[in-house]
Amino acid sequence: MHVPDGFIDAPTSVAAGGVALVGVAACLRGARRELDERTAPLAGLVAAFVFSVQMLNFPVGAGTSGHLMGGALAAVLIGPWTGALAVSVVLGVQALLFADGGLSALGINIILMALITVLVGYTSFRLLMRVMPRRITSVPLAAGIAAFVSVPVAAAAFVGFYAIGGTSDVSIGAVASAMIGVHVLIGVGEGVITALTVGSVLAVRPDLVYGARDLLPKQQLELRRSSPEASS
Amino acid sequence: MSERSESTMDTAATTEPTASGPSRRTQLFVLGGLLVAVVLAGIVSFYASSDPDGLSKVSEDKGFAQSEKDHRLGDSPLADYSTKDVDNDRLSGGMAGVIGVGVTFVVAGGLTLLVRRRGQSSEASDDPAAAEAHRP
Repeated sequence: MHVPDGFIDAPTSVAAGGVALVGVAACLRGARRELDERTAPLAGLVAAFVFSVQMLNFPVGAGTSGHLMGGALAAVLIGPWTGALAVSVVLGVQALLFADGGLSALGINIILMALITVLVGYTSFRLLMRVMPRRITSVPLAAGIAAFVSVPVAAAAFVGFYAIGGTSDVSIGAVASAMIGVHVLIGVGEGVITALTVGSVLAVRPDLVYGARDLLPKQQLELRRSSPEASS
Repeated sequence: MSERSESTMDTAATTEPTASGPSRRTQLFVLGGLLVAVVLAGIVSFYASSDPDGLSKVSEDKGFAQSEKDHRLGDSPLADYSTKDVDNDRLSGGMAGVIGVGVTFVVAGGLTLLVRRRGQSSEASDDPAAAEAHRP
């Protein structure tokens, strides 16, 4: 869903750039508390992995494809703040090195694919974990469902941008139903990839999965009930 | 390498802010993960669907595709995930993918390292005013 230059007008893009900048700054701040012995070595890997999987467009129906966004995946693996940073780095590299995603649309793309997917994905993940059985096997399932949800929400957010600053005179309702419709399908792929990836990491190194921490035994001095403001 | 820390799940004692870096097991895990990413971006990506993605397709169907402007870096050496002057499609795309994995890993990993170092120094001083002064 990399937004190219030209779809959204300049004022909206600039404003989005400002919001994205504030968002990334907040992530830098939040990541300081999140990064520890386990998440820190993983952050670079998660970003590199999301980059590689974003190259793997899968078909969704006639003549359309989609790819992972990775916000929910990154948040579950390394924490929401660090996860949003990692995906932002991916988007920056893609725009600057691979001409994928417009330069003036970079702010929009960071908001849609890093900040919103993490916000929606991680919040959904936490809510799901609260109602699902407290088992390690719940983690990949919850992550997959959360990732699925995050994609149409990001698509809806694009429509929001388009309603504010779209450069063509087209029906917003038609864009909305088409965008959300196709991204529900893409979301299924996102969910499957996320669940499989989280499941694979859990199988090898469960201690490295941020979202599974409070399920692992034998942890002293760790937050048992993880609310974002547990420290301070 | 102390065998003792093996069985513990990183208690506070082992998360001492040191420059010793991640354990050997974790290093191996990261290396293995990178290998997977390299294979996906370098080889598997060749078989990815080349149909337009959801947004491009909607922009075509709903009639705003023409408002797209050419990318200002569209002539750069790795634009559109192909390596300039490499004619073999497989090689051209694969090289671009592997370079992308490497650059992303270094940038994200480096940023993390910087953030972590700063986080530790402001935690060490444990003074809200000092932490506040670190605000970007």
